[in-house]
This record gives sequence, C-alpha cells and structure tokens, in this order.
Amino acid sequence: MAGASDILTIRSTRRAWALVTPALIVLALAAIGPLLVVLVYSFLTAGEYGGVEWTFSTDGWFKVLFERDIFDDTLTLADAHLTIFWRSVSLSLVTTVLTFLAGFPTAWFIATRAPQQRAFWLFLITIPFWTNLLVRTFAINQVIRNEGLLNTALLSLGVISQPLQMTYTQGALLIGMVYVYLPLMVLPLYAALERFDPRLLEAGYDLYASRWQVLTRIILPISRPGIVAGSILVFVPCLGAYVTPRILGGGKMMMLGNFIELQFGQGRNWPLGAALSIVLLVIVTLALLVYVRTLSRENRHG
Amino acid sequence: MAEQRRHFSAADIPGFGLTAMAVFVALYLPIVTLVVYSFNASASVAEWGGLSLDWYRKAAGNAEVLNATANSLIIASLAALFSTTLATLAALGTTRRAPFRGMTAVYAAINQPLMVPEIVTAVALLVVTAALKQATGYTGLGYLVMAHTAFCIPFAYLPIRARLEGMDLSFETAAADLYASDWQVFRHVTLPLLLPGILAGAMLAFVTSLDDVVITEFIKSPGQDTLPTYMLGQLRRAMTPDVNAISSMLMGVTILMLFAFFLLTRKKA
Amino acid sequence: MSTLTSERAADTHGIAVQQVVKAFGAGSAAIRALDGVSVDIRQGEFFTLLGPSGCGKTTLLRLIAGFEMPTSGAILLDGADISALPPNRRPVNTVFQSYALFPHLSVAENIGFGLKMMGRSRTEVADRVARMLALIQLEPMASRRITQLSGGQQQRVALARALAPQPKVLLLDEPLSALDAKLRKEMQAELKRLQQETGITFVFVTHDQEEALTMSDRIAVMSAGHIQQVGTPREVYTRPVNRFVASFVGETNFISGEGGADGVRLGNGAVLPVSGAPNGPVTVAIRPEHLMLCASADQGAMAAVVERTVYSGTDTHCHLKLAGGGTLTARLPTLVSGEIGLSVGDKVHVRPTPGAVQLLAD
Repeated sequence: MAGASDILTIRSTRRAWALVTPALIVLALAAIGPLLVVLVYSFLTAGEYGGVEWTFSTDGWFKVLFERDIFDDTLTLADAHLTIFWRSVSLSLVTTVLTFLAGFPTAWFIATRAPQQRAFWLFLITIPFWTNLLVRTFAINQVIRNEGLLNTALLSLGVISQPLQMTYTQGALLIGMVYVYLPLMVLPLYAALERFDPRLLEAGYDLYASRWQVLTRIILPISRPGIVAGSILVFVPCLGAYVTPRILGGGKMMMLGNFIELQFGQGRNWPLGAALSIVLLVIVTLALLVYVRTLSRENRHG
Repeated sequence: MAEQRRHFSAADIPGFGLTAMAVFVALYLPIVTLVVYSFNASASVAEWGGLSLDWYRKAAGNAEVLNATANSLIIASLAALFSTTLATLAALGTTRRAPFRGMTAVYAAINQPLMVPEIVTAVALLVVTAALKQATGYTGLGYLVMAHTAFCIPFAYLPIRARLEGMDLSFETAAADLYASDWQVFRHVTLPLLLPGILAGAMLAFVTSLDDVVITEFIKSPGQDTLPTYMLGQLRRAMTPDVNAISSMLMGVTILMLFAFFLLTRKKA
Repeated sequence: MSTLTSERAADTHGIAVQQVVKAFGAGSAAIRALDGVSVDIRQGEFFTLLGPSGCGKTTLLRLIAGFEMPTSGAILLDGADISALPPNRRPVNTVFQSYALFPHLSVAENIGFGLKMMGRSRTEVADRVARMLALIQLEPMASRRITQLSGGQQQRVALARALAPQPKVLLLDEPLSALDAKLRKEMQAELKRLQQETGITFVFVTHDQEEALTMSDRIAVMSAGHIQQVGTPREVYTRPVNRFVASFVGETNFISGEGGADGVRLGNGAVLPVSGAPNGPVTVAIRPEHLMLCASADQGAMAAVVERTVYSGTDTHCHLKLAGGGTLTARLPTLVSGEIGLSVGDKVHVRPTPGAVQLLAD
C-alpha cells in the first residue's frame, strides 16, 4: 500500500491536525486560555488581600474610568487613570513618530548599500533587536541618569554646574522608548525598501521630480505597507510597555503596563487590573486590524 | 575640460546617510559603554579605574546570581526543546499543502503570543498559576517552563516554516519512489533537510526565553529568579557594576546565538 | 563620426556627444563602458544604438538621460552642454526597459506625473493626459491600476508618460524586449507612427538588428565601448565598415584572400571581383542572399558541393563546401513545393552577384 498519494500524507487534513494539535494544546493552556480567565476575573469582586471573591460585579470595569466618593457616593472621572491612559497613548504615538523619523533614513541607507555590505549593516540593527530589553533599558539609563555618562561629560566640560535631572521625567521615558523600540521600526521598513525598484527613482527624476518630490510622492507611498508594519510593531509594545517605564519612570511616570501591575500588587484590585488588561488588549487588537486592513487593501491594488 | 562634474545617484537623499550614522552611534554608544564599564575597576561611570574583571568575579561569587543563572539556563533549555519540537510538528502540518478549514485560525493561535502585549499575558498567567499553586501545592519551575514554551512557539515556528517552504516536495517523492516508508522518508529525507531550520528556531526560542522579564516576574515563586528578574530587582536599588557584568554576558550569549542563526539560515551560494 | 568643435556645435540642433568616456570603478580596476564616444544625433530623427549586451549602448543612453555623469567629454543638447544637469532638469524623457511605472498610481496619474512635477495647472495636466490616452488608444483604462494592465498596455502607458511632458528627446531602452513576437511587431509600427506624428527625436537602444533596420532613420553600431559605424540602415547593412558590423548586422560569409589589381584572389585560385583592394592579405564579406548558384563554371564561379540544407520558410540556407577548401552559406528562395531542387552531395557552382563583395577594413 505504498501508492503515490500515500507517501505525501502530509497533505491529508487529519494528519495536519494531528501535527498542529500538541502546539495548540500548549498555547491553549498557557497563552489563550488564561486570557479568558482574565475576562472572567474582570467581572468578579476584589478580595480584601488581593485575589478575587466569586461574586459577580461590574466594579472592575466601572473603576477603569470612574471613582466613587467614599463619603457621598458621587461619581467622578478618575483623573489619575485618565492621566495614565493619556500618557500611554501619547507617549506611544510620539515614540512611533520619532522611531519612524530616525528609522526610515536608516532603513533606506541599509537598503541602498551594495548587496554584500547590506548584511553587515543589517546585522548591526539585529544585535540590539535581539538584545535583552532590560539590558538596553539599563544601558540607556546609564547614559542619562544623574551620575550617568551624559551628565558626567557635560559637568566636566563645564556646560552645566548641576547634573540635569533626566530620569523619572517624561523626556527620559521618551528617550528610553525610542532607543529601545527603534530596531523594531527599522527591520520592517528595511524589508519593504529592500524590494524597492531603483528604476522608479530614475523614472521620477526623469519626469522632473525634485528629491523631495521623489521622497514624498514615490518612495513613501510605495513603502506604505512597511511603514504601517513598523508603526504597529512599535506602537503595540509601547502601549503595553512595563520594563522601560518602571526603570526610567521610577514609579512616578506610570504607563498602562505598570498601572495594571499595580492592581495585582499593592492596589489589590484584581478585577480592575483584569479589566484594564482587556482594555489594553482591545486597543492592540484594533491597531492590528488597521494593519491587516491596510495590507489587504494594498494587495487588492497589487 | 575643467568644469566641475557633479555626481548623480538616484538613491541618495540628502541627510539620510547622516541620520543613519547618527542612529548607529546612538544605538551602540549606550551598549558599548555598558560593556566597557563592566571592565572598569572603579564603581562609578565618572571615572575609569583601569581594566579589571572584579565585577565578573563579584557576580560569579554571588549565590543569588548563580541560582538565577541556573534557573535561566534550565528554563531556556527546556522551553527551547519543547517549543521547537511542537513548532516543528506544527510547521510540518501547515506548510506545503493546500489550506484546510481552520488553517487561518491555527496561524492566529501560533502567532498569538506575538500579538498580545506581554503584560496582559503575564497578568493572565499570574491569575491562573496563583490559583493552580493554591489548588495543587506545586510551586516548581514547571509553570515557568510551560509559560516560556508557549511564548517561544512562534519564534521557533518562523524559521522552520521558512525552511520548509523553500524545500521541494520532489525529494520526499523521490524517496518514496525508492521504497522508503513514511517514517523513513521523514527520518532520512525531511528531517536532515529541515535540520538547519530546526536549529535556527531553537536558537531564537532559547534567546527569547533567556530574555524574558515580564512574564517570569509575574509568575515566579520565591527563589525562582532568572537572570533578568534578578537584574530588575537589583535595578530598583542602587545600580552596581556587577549588573553591567551580567548584562554583558547576556549580550554575549545573544550575539553568539545570532551568529549561529545567521550561519544556519544563510542561503547557500 | 566627425568630432564637432564647440563653435560649430553651438548652432547645431539635436544631440552632440563629444569624446565621452565613462569609467566605472576607480584606478586600475576601472572599466571603461564608453571609451571616447562621439556622435551627432539630428533633431527629429529616429536614431538607434545597436550592439550586443555590454557594448555600452545603455550607458550612453543613461548619460544622455542624466542618470550617470560622464567621466570626461561632453553631451550637448541644441548646442548647450547638459552633461552636469541632473535628470530632472533635462528636457529628455526615458521609456525604461522594465517600464518603471509607479505601482501606487493609476494610468492617468502615471501619465500626468511629469507635468505635475513641472508645476503645470490641473486643467493643463488633465487635458494633456486625455490627449495622450487618445494617442495610445487607452482612454477606457485611465483610472486603472498599473498591475491591471497587460504587458503591451503597460508599454504604451510608459510611452505616453514619457511623451506627455513634450521632451526634446525621447530615450527608449529596449522597450520591446519584454513583449512577445507578434505584439512586438505591432509596437514597432506604433513607435514609428508616434515618432513621425510628434516629430520628437527618438534615441532607441536595442540588441535586435532586425528591429534596428526596420525602424531607424540612422543606426550607430556599438561594440566594446566604441561606435563602430554610423549610417542609414541601408548603409550599415550593405556597406559594413568592419568585420564586427558585418557579422552583427545580418548574416555574412567572410572570405580571406590576397588583394590585387584585379580583385581578391582566394586560396582555391578563384578571383572575386572587387575594386580598390590593397595588395596583401584582406578579408571580404558576402551576404548569403547575394550568392547565386549556376550550373557551369562561367565568369569566375567556384565549384562546390552541397553539404547541408536548412529550411527556414521563405528561404533555404544552403551550406557549401568549396572545391579548394573553405565553406560558404548561400540563401536561396524556396520554391512553391518548399524545395530548392538540391540535395546533399550535389555538385554546383557558386558566384556572387555583381557588387556584392564588400572589402572590410580589418
């Protein structure tokens, strides 16, 4: 029974499922299933010492945006929460824009090198990309903290007489996030630009376009899928950032990730933490949907 | 013929080269500083006290560091082994075939750890493991290995899938034509051809596991620090250069793995 | 092939390429893609650069377009030196080999791109685009994406895009090479029609000698960074100056012999009638279609044996082995039956038609 169809049984659907099932089980147990548990927890009552009590409550969801006054039971918008939301979203957006402004010329530079040199420059981006996020945050912190490299240099040059306070500020957070997430922008941009047909540039110049017009009317529109991919790749982890704001923000400049952690630690409000996690997940999903839609539109147009 | 000739290159955009150079300097200055100062005899960034291995010695003499190193290596090795095995099977089931019903969902499930913010996965696992620890009384490394295996699957899957898609089914067909059974085809043809992809996947899984901070931080039991979570704990206090030393070593491992990865996935000329 | 002085060039219309050298790389490793090329291209003519790949024809085109700058020498357009101008400031447009149509723009947007970059008004752009679409007969495709077009349609859009800004010179870099044989013939006619209607100077690059012969007003045959010969298709075909031109343009029999007052004496004793042959060893060329077979050895006909015949539709190639050594190929018109009335081993006599023997420079 060794027919030609038999040996290519990789083609049979039953075998395909048998092959993917072990991975799916692990993912269901340790990645997808727990998310459902979080959804359930967001509708439970907070336990006094953390954890949950198994009674239904919408309090967790309620507290995402509002606080109830302990004395007169009036409702007010939770300003502190809104500040954190706003900081997370605005910092993520600004980080995305800045990484693009720095990353696009870099990706272009690599993509326009001779093929043998490209691998070298690409490797220089890949090393920080794969280097531990914590190590990179630590490295940038060493540069900008009070006793850090930058302050030491400026002090010894006599530019400043007092160390500049950079850590624990919004600026420090921004510098850190741009530093940490820049490789995530460069790689997808490079992937898009590598396939760019240089004849299109010549055609642009041939048809009287200036350098600026070639950039804005040819290069940028054509590399749009890469730009969207890079932006999503930076925006999504920025929004859920935990390590970088924890080290560079020092608890003062909390972002959504730290705020969620707080609810599971000192805050002792697991349902609120669970609800916040779902909110974050929904925002990220929306961003990914934008990405998928952009891609499919590009594909329709070819 | 003394007129000045201007160079024209369609790919040049003014300022781009300079920006790129600035980006490379900015990317490497902090990392290089960190590595250099891990060899600084002085404890301060402000002064260079001469070359020394003191901080490496101090780290190596620290029982907590040694414990964290052992945990990191155990978890990363097991997670790489399990996730690569699972990813290899999944890749064999999802490549070089007509799409089957639910294949898109399978892709989504495999890539899910890449799309969900780490902090959300961490919180979700915290909730589940906290309940399990209470219910079963088991608090060992198993939870961490399981969690790491799950989020390493997509990293192991990508290079294996890429390799498989570049492999022609005609090799397998030829082997079958020469009387090899299904198992023999896999053992003697598919597996050897796929091996570079599997090793590359294992490297990425290992590095990904080794680097994880957030998920480990949330679900570890006391005494289960890995190197990154140990460092995170240290960073909260005064920063000492032995953390520089550990960071440098972690980076060294990453770069070695990357080199191996590039050699394995390099297209043969 | 005359080199113009600058004073004379100042009142010349068209393109003057003067002593242009283009080297790639530096120092001793430099490769000279063009090695001192001079040529004048007249206003309004269909001029073809013909040569094998690597001969420098595309490099010359790119120098005229402005994508490359000459290492030395000058390129003049209507008497003004344009060598140092970037491509976006030259009144010269290119039809690229791969078309290089912008994938993110529609057909109409592609055609209007150049005018838009020149800052022309919206109505002017729309008007010209409409006329261009009519010219290439693609009006219904105006809002299509480039990827929705066939190869032939893309070709026409590329042509319209380059013509829309009304350049003084249109450069075409093997624009027909991606098309199949039938479409290619149609496009050849179309190109010729457009060139005559617009009166724009066309500089056309190709490696296809048949294409060059049928379309051009004049042809420059290039090889190894040099121009070998410039002339009308008739001149290039019937009066090739050297062995390279004779072999690259059409098929040719090369025959070596001794030059003398009466012509060229071959090794087998036959004398080919050609005037002006120098004394000493020379090479002559005879086109296969200029060889005639005859029954007897009259008027210097050479005895030969039919070695092989190759049928190719309208003609049959007849490979002949000469009695005193050497081979010749004759092209004979095919009879209605598809035969030429010869078979392998037949003894025949062959002689060139009057004036068919060409003396080559080398």
